[in-house]
Amino acid sequence: MSKLRVATTSLAGCFGCHMSFLDIDERIIELLDHVEFNRSPLTDIKHCDPCDIGLIEGGLCNIDNVHVLKEFRASCKILIAVGACAINGGVPAMRNHHPLSECLAESYLNGIGVENPQIPDDVEVPLLLNKVHPVHEVVKIDYYLPGCPPPADAFMKVLGDLIEGREPLLPRTMLRYD
Amino acid sequence: MTAEHSPQNTDHLLHVLFREQQRARFISDEAINNISKSLNLPRAQVEGVVEFYTFFHRKPRGRFDILFSNCTSCGDTKLLKSLCEKLNVKPGRIRSDGLVSVDQTSCIGMCDHGASLLLNNCLTITSLTTERIDQIVKLIKSDTVIQAWPRQWFYIGDNIHKKGLLLTEPFKSGSALKAIIKRSSIDVIDEIIASGLKGRGGAGFSTGLKWKLCREAVGDTHYVICNADEGEPGTFKDRVLLNSYADLVFEGMTISAYAIGAKQGFLYLRGEYRYLLDTLNATLQRRRETGLLGNNILGQDFDFDISIVVGAGAYVCGEESALIESLEEKRGIPRIRPPFPVTQGYLGQPTAVNNVETLAATAKIILHGDHWFKSHGTSQSKGSKLLSVSGNCARPGIYEYDFGVSLQEVLNDVGAENVQAVQIGGPAGRLLKPDHFSRSISFEDLSTGGSLMIFAKHRDMLAVIHNFSLFFAHESCGFCTPCRVGTRLLEKNMSKLCSGRSTAYDIDEIRHLSALVSQYSHCGLGTSAANPIMDGLKNFPNAFEKRLLNREMEPEFDLDSELSEARLMTNRDDPGAHL
Ligand SMILES: Cc1cc2nc3c(=O)[nH]c(=O)nc-3n(C[C@H](O)[C@H](O)[C@H](O)COP(=O)(O)O)c2cc1C
Ligand code: SF4
Ligand code: SF4
Repeated sequence: MSKLRVATTSLAGCFGCHMSFLDIDERIIELLDHVEFNRSPLTDIKHCDPCDIGLIEGGLCNIDNVHVLKEFRASCKILIAVGACAINGGVPAMRNHHPLSECLAESYLNGIGVENPQIPDDVEVPLLLNKVHPVHEVVKIDYYLPGCPPPADAFMKVLGDLIEGREPLLPRTMLRYD
Repeated sequence: MTAEHSPQNTDHLLHVLFREQQRARFISDEAINNISKSLNLPRAQVEGVVEFYTFFHRKPRGRFDILFSNCTSCGDTKLLKSLCEKLNVKPGRIRSDGLVSVDQTSCIGMCDHGASLLLNNCLTITSLTTERIDQIVKLIKSDTVIQAWPRQWFYIGDNIHKKGLLLTEPFKSGSALKAIIKRSSIDVIDEIIASGLKGRGGAGFSTGLKWKLCREAVGDTHYVICNADEGEPGTFKDRVLLNSYADLVFEGMTISAYAIGAKQGFLYLRGEYRYLLDTLNATLQRRRETGLLGNNILGQDFDFDISIVVGAGAYVCGEESALIESLEEKRGIPRIRPPFPVTQGYLGQPTAVNNVETLAATAKIILHGDHWFKSHGTSQSKGSKLLSVSGNCARPGIYEYDFGVSLQEVLNDVGAENVQAVQIGGPAGRLLKPDHFSRSISFEDLSTGGSLMIFAKHRDMLAVIHNFSLFFAHESCGFCTPCRVGTRLLEKNMSKLCSGRSTAYDIDEIRHLSALVSQYSHCGLGTSAANPIMDGLKNFPNAFEKRLLNREMEPEFDLDSELSEARLMTNRDDPGAHL
């Protein structure tokens, strides 16, 4: 049986979900018998080939996040929103209570200790979105893996189910919202 | 805050906060501290109550504070917009000079009078037109005290178009009480049971049985509550009963007290009907003076009095256990039931909560007998029902019919033509299409608390349904997640649908979410919140399909405009600054 091709990315997240995924420890060896990693911070491959599964950590806070997410949707048969940030916006979305202009002004113009105040306008720096959004507001998401982060076992369970061709289903104990 | 309090209940937390809001135009930290001390209530409780109710504010409101009804039936957002523009104030904000603030509110029970607004949380102006808006703007701009505004603006007529069992015959105050005072309370309950009377507030529970259970429940004392919260959009029949038949309602409460053995009763009046308060209190006073309330009623060993507690803008307080929480000076969050109020209600004591119309009917049954009552209506729905008819028809207002009347007959009587849809029972009820108009109004077929909204062919049904979803999202008390989050998501989904950005995928999501919200919510508000959407999908599928994009998925918002602020701040407009 050919291996499932998996891509992962961290958008507006803290990499905590990826770290939790790596907490599967030595089980990754066994996993690699069944999957190969494509675009991912783990492989440093920069763009997706056609994939079976895409794991998205983090929500959307800037234009670059939107491009990456769209690439994942176009390339992956199954897209999974991983963690509170991808599903709800999470911690980054706390800025949604304030207008973006105030956030930028606080960080780059008026904040304590700011020298040479100016808003970064280099074209290399991706523009921020007015609000942070969960990923399902922009592309279709097939499954949601909740938690902040989801436990390592939950990653194993979902991938295991998909490898065996089953509909992924988490037992109650792995459904975490913290 | 118990029976020992003055009858007017001036020191009820809701009343104290109302006075403070009127005085200072907001409730400050200091005021919360003082009130919590003077009423001997925990500070957190006082603050919680302030935050809960729409009419209390933690930041100052304008000297003229306007709440504009955005009711699906009669709200007119165009007028709201023009009012805001002319006053130079943004909706939801206060003008910088503090003169005026304008905000939206759910139905204020004036649908028979067209577009309406609430002024300073206590006065209602109905029948709004562009002309009237201009006059209002002029008075506000010249800072004219409300006492000097034309008085007739605040007059609210009854609009009764058809009288039946309850309304036809004038009621002589005390007549029903005189008929029971020599009878045993069990006898009275038996007669109400025999009449087949069911609750008119929505749930349709047998009134006599409720009284019997309450009477039998063990407690130090028993309470009677009249539910006059009437928050269901499109319903205004209790307003009319309280305006013109208050004696009948109070008599019903007194009969209920006699039956269950209560000494104290409460009328919980929705804040939007505060303008009725003075006359209601005067009626109570007259009843006290004529021996129909107070100690030794009609010279017998029967003591009972009624006080009125006025709500502060929360639809959920119509739910009986939330109402009781509110009476107990807490946030109006529905209790876990059982125990039901009949065994553990107000202050943990057995309490009979009934709707205004239900209580009015009990007095009539006592006067004319259970046979008279049950000879009207259908096999499972005895007596008559007051309908509050509004929307696209020639004669909106109150219509009383025996149960069993067909919807079509009602539509004919009210002068409704080219009808596309009828919403019966308010947003929590059912959305019907013309195929259904031959059905009958009764508990066994089309059940309603009284609201009947008519939508003609020209109305955009998606906008109607969206407005209902806004109502639920706004009125969710926030206690349980399926409703707090679910109603917001439903509203967002409907808004996306209306904007023409939805795909078939979104419809699947809506169905899924609707099932979840109605299955897992804690109280009736949440369990019925998805009804208009589900009915819409079933009965008006074309309205939905017409707006769908033929794509797998479309973002919820316009991606490019999500970059607007950043573009502005960075002065960028290169291709990389667009999506
Ligand atoms: C969200 C919600 C709002 C309600 N609002 C009202 C109301 O405004 N008036 C009313 O009489 N009953 C209302 N009810 C029903 C009450 O809980 C209760 O069933 C009723 O007052 C009992 O009186 P009845 O037996 O005379 O109908 C509401 C219920 C729910 C779930
Ligand atoms: S969900 Fe938690 S762990 Fe994952 S990216 Fe967000 S903050 Fe980090
Ligand atoms: S269903 Fe809604 S209104 Fe009812 S308790 Fe839950 S959050 Fe409150």
